Amino acid sequence: MSASFKEFSGGAAGELAPARIAGEGLDATHGVVLYLDDISVSFDGFRALNKLSLAIDIGELRCVIGPNGAGKTTMMDVITGKTRPDSGTAFFGQTIDLAQLTEAEIAHAGIGRKFQKPTIFERHSVFENLELSMKTDKRVRKSLFAKLDGAQQDRIAEMLELIRLAGSASRQAGLLSHGQKQWLEIGMLLMQEPRLLLLDEPVAGMSDEETERTAELFLALAGKHSLVVVEHDMAFIGRIARKVSVLHEGSILAEGSLEQVQADQRVIEVYLGR
Amino acid sequence: MRITSILLLLLFSVLARPAAAFDADAVRALVFGDGEQQVAAIAALVADGDARGAQVLEALAEGELKTSGKRILIVQGEKAIDAISGAVLSAPHADAEEIIANNRLRRELAGGIAALKLASADRATRLAAAKELSGGAAEAMLPLVRKALDREDDPGIKGMLEMIAAAMEIKSSDREVRIAAIRRLATSSNRDTKTLLLGVLERKDGAWVEADADLRAEAEKSLRVVEGQLAWGERAGLAFAGVSLGSILLLAALGLAITYGLMGVINMAHGELIMIGAYTTYVVQNLFKLHAPGAFDWYLPCAVPASFIMAAVIGMILERGVIRFLYGRPLETLLATWGISLVLIQAVRTLFGAQNVQVENPAWMSGGVEMLTNVVLPYSRIVIIAFVAVVLACMWLLLTRTRLGLFVRGVTQNRAMASCVGVPTGRVDTLAFGLGCGIAGLAGCALSQIGNVGPDLGQSYIVDSFMVVVLGGVGQLAGTVYAALGLGFANKLLESWSGAVLAKIVVLVFIIIFIQKRPQGLFALKGRSVEN
Amino acid sequence: MGPLATTVTRLYGTRGWVTLGVCAFLLFVLVPLGNLAIPEGSIFHISTYWVTLIGKIMCYAIVALAMDLIWGYCGILSLGHGLFFALGGYAMGMYLMRQIGREGQYKMDMPDFMVFLDWKEFPWQWWNSDQFWWAMLLVVAVPALLAFVFGFFAFRSRIKGVYFSIITQALTYAAMLLFFRNETGFGGNNGFTDFKRILGFAITTAETRVALFAITGAALLGTLLLARYIVISKLGRILAAIRDAESRVMFCGYNTVNYKLFIWTLSAVICGIAGALYVPQVGIINPGEMSPANSIEIAIWVAVGGRGTLVGAIVGAGAVNGAKSFFTQAAPEYWLYVLGLLFIVVTLFMPRGIVGLYGQLREKWSRRAAA
Repeated sequence: MSASFKEFSGGAAGELAPARIAGEGLDATHGVVLYLDDISVSFDGFRALNKLSLAIDIGELRCVIGPNGAGKTTMMDVITGKTRPDSGTAFFGQTIDLAQLTEAEIAHAGIGRKFQKPTIFERHSVFENLELSMKTDKRVRKSLFAKLDGAQQDRIAEMLELIRLAGSASRQAGLLSHGQKQWLEIGMLLMQEPRLLLLDEPVAGMSDEETERTAELFLALAGKHSLVVVEHDMAFIGRIARKVSVLHEGSILAEGSLEQVQADQRVIEVYLGR
Repeated sequence: MRITSILLLLLFSVLARPAAAFDADAVRALVFGDGEQQVAAIAALVADGDARGAQVLEALAEGELKTSGKRILIVQGEKAIDAISGAVLSAPHADAEEIIANNRLRRELAGGIAALKLASADRATRLAAAKELSGGAAEAMLPLVRKALDREDDPGIKGMLEMIAAAMEIKSSDREVRIAAIRRLATSSNRDTKTLLLGVLERKDGAWVEADADLRAEAEKSLRVVEGQLAWGERAGLAFAGVSLGSILLLAALGLAITYGLMGVINMAHGELIMIGAYTTYVVQNLFKLHAPGAFDWYLPCAVPASFIMAAVIGMILERGVIRFLYGRPLETLLATWGISLVLIQAVRTLFGAQNVQVENPAWMSGGVEMLTNVVLPYSRIVIIAFVAVVLACMWLLLTRTRLGLFVRGVTQNRAMASCVGVPTGRVDTLAFGLGCGIAGLAGCALSQIGNVGPDLGQSYIVDSFMVVVLGGVGQLAGTVYAALGLGFANKLLESWSGAVLAKIVVLVFIIIFIQKRPQGLFALKGRSVEN
Repeated sequence: MGPLATTVTRLYGTRGWVTLGVCAFLLFVLVPLGNLAIPEGSIFHISTYWVTLIGKIMCYAIVALAMDLIWGYCGILSLGHGLFFALGGYAMGMYLMRQIGREGQYKMDMPDFMVFLDWKEFPWQWWNSDQFWWAMLLVVAVPALLAFVFGFFAFRSRIKGVYFSIITQALTYAAMLLFFRNETGFGGNNGFTDFKRILGFAITTAETRVALFAITGAALLGTLLLARYIVISKLGRILAAIRDAESRVMFCGYNTVNYKLFIWTLSAVICGIAGALYVPQVGIINPGEMSPANSIEIAIWVAVGGRGTLVGAIVGAGAVNGAKSFFTQAAPEYWLYVLGLLFIVVTLFMPRGIVGLYGQLREKWSRRAAA
């Protein structure tokens, strides 16, 4: 099982070499890929994010946990440009101000996002799903005349192997099982060759075996990509966690290893109530 | 009907006064003379104030005055009266030729008859006559107006007569009379007064037409006063027109605020439910006419619930039969309801014909309050504004204070959750949709009182009412109210300087641009962004 | 990696090309011959009435294709496509009005309605309108420009779904009111009619009609091939992806505004061309073409035929308009019932339209057989 990851991360290393992943113009000289500073977002008086500050290092795998309504999804919305912060700054690398970019531009700059509910193109085939998300020139005119070359076909084939959907390449994506859809979405994300992956509850609805494989995949990806994983499944967190941030009422409550965080009195209060 | 009754009243009132000599020569001049002689004859007959003279004038205006050889006849259906002798003739006069009055003569006639009516004992008749004369009267009527002025004790009519007299006197040859008249004109807010005063201030080829500088100065002073009053009147009228249009838009959009705003059902047949409300009113009116003509004035209180129920029932049938299968598919709902609207339009055409039908106002709704002489606020519009306020209040109470309202709000916020806690979501949907449609029916009932009722009635409101809901913010009752009133005002304001059609276009374009800036409408809550 | 390429890359298979060939033969050989060469009275004669009717329906089919591109493939329901159609028609109509010359009722250089309004010179909109190339330019440029500007702002503001539909309806409604005004300079209520010539040829002769018919047929086939090329390209797949999950497309790095703007503007231009072909054939254009009812009818053509399939759009336009011609002659009072019920039945029971009916029924049968 893990052989395929090695093959992917090793054999296809040429394809996924950091230089290529880095995206054009990403300046990560200080080792920080994402830097949120003092971000606040409110919806009609409700403060979803309250002076949130967060820094993600290159190659880091960060887990974010927190009770419902803590602002996890809003944080991802801010990073991907879906929601504009009321105050504070969000930088991708040293130079890219995320507040200035549209969703598409942010995606293009190298941030990939997996939604809580798997969002794939249900009426396209699995192959087409991967094809559309592949890193290429994504302007209108190019798309009209685009033809897949051999290298691109190979890349799709590799990805199909990796996400174990090689046998379902021409199947309509909507017909896949929930776990398969999650994997397809992760595959689509990887096709974008992002520098930073935001994964919102990636193992929800997966079987134990699928969860285990996902954990392996994430561990294999870390180092080459930076990952931010939001999850409720503490077993899964325990499996992959290196550094964990606890989000509560829109700001970071605690940060550290899983054991540290779990021992933190405030965190226990938040989770168990007083 | 009305004209003859006025005529009769006039006859009685004139007969009741001491009879003056009947001028037979004037009647002959009126019939056989040339243009100038005819005008002079009218003046003579009016000055006499004789009943038979009045009858002749009326007959000429009505096209009942005919000649048969040298005889002058008043032919009314089968009956013929000799105009000179007053004898009733039994023999049919098939060869009688009608006397055609040209436009100038008609004008003189209208003024003359009105002047005669000033002597009527009936206030309404005198008022109508005074109004007629306000539009401009021949100088020859002056003595008559003066006489009427002496007799008049109704302050409203007296004021009008004073203005009429002043308008005549301004053309007098006596300077003092003219200045006095100009001063008196300053108290008028009649639109025609302005023209009258402007006439004094006219220039031709750089020189004043009026040589007397004092007179001009007086005229200028009066003009400023009159213009000020007119401007106020116009502003007040505009404000009222804005509120009135706004209330109509609001009524048309209120139902939509429930079906589209709260339930998210895009009902393109909404306009047709308005139309059904209007036709229900029409049917109720006819039933009253047929079975209870005495209570005709009270048909409207019956038509209001009838149109509500009719539209609500049809709405609920539609919801059960079509719309509920399309929840969550707004574009399909749009198309299907459009289809429904076509069927409803054609059904009404089949039942009632393609022509507009006549819905009469009850007597207590016709007429209006006269704020200033140039601003009349029709009772029908006032009643509708009040009606809208009542409907709005009821709806607000229903949505915020009743169990149904609670259920509706619950279902619209979270259908699955509401269902889990035991809200019968299906029934709530049907009832809420019925409520929205019923309010559309009420709108139709109200609209039938001020506009044409035809199968296409709804089509003209659908774009407007959607604009109101969209502008106000979907799901926002308060937003809908503001948007409707705002659009009403904007429309009327623009209308006053660019014409109705252009105003409408400008408003539509404004909304289209506005929506770009605030896609959620004026008052939408900034919700948490949800995926997709 | 051959078998992995699961997407369609060819325009049409052999059968498709043969069908297109047969259609081309019918349009360019059979109908012209049937109308011009075979004498009236023969059962093989195709009357001018039929030539005009089919020509008209082909114009509608082009509009339906344009609508299908935007609605069926990109999920944007426009209720204002009648506006672009009418704009193309008006651009052509201006040229045709100038071609009347002095043969109008007033025997003047200016079009009759201008003489009637006592205008002494052409308003600015009519600049260069006597040039055919200018008219052709307007046919394309005016709908394109309007669609581009409107679409740019609407898509940038993320207006979608029903909202967008209502706004487009308001747009065409506003335009209709504008064109109803005499002061707008396009003949007000009556619009343009009584055309005499096009490019110097008398417009009512059989030869001109057949030529217009053939040009319309060529335009229809051309639009079909263009649309087919687009929907099987990667761009087509992206459009469909926008329809199904727009935010995912954005997070894949595509600027969806540009994609929507492209297909929206293209769709408007196609409509404009259809309108330009329509006007000389039916001989009239007036603001009624911009009424919201007309635009929404276009949607039902596509829905009846089967949206998301190009053949469906053409079939739908043909079926609905064929039925309309039949009913408005045989039983005009029933047409609105039919049309209204069509809206309801199609949305409730035939989501895939006529073209999808076969598949829909087969699924039903197989499910029943399985049960």
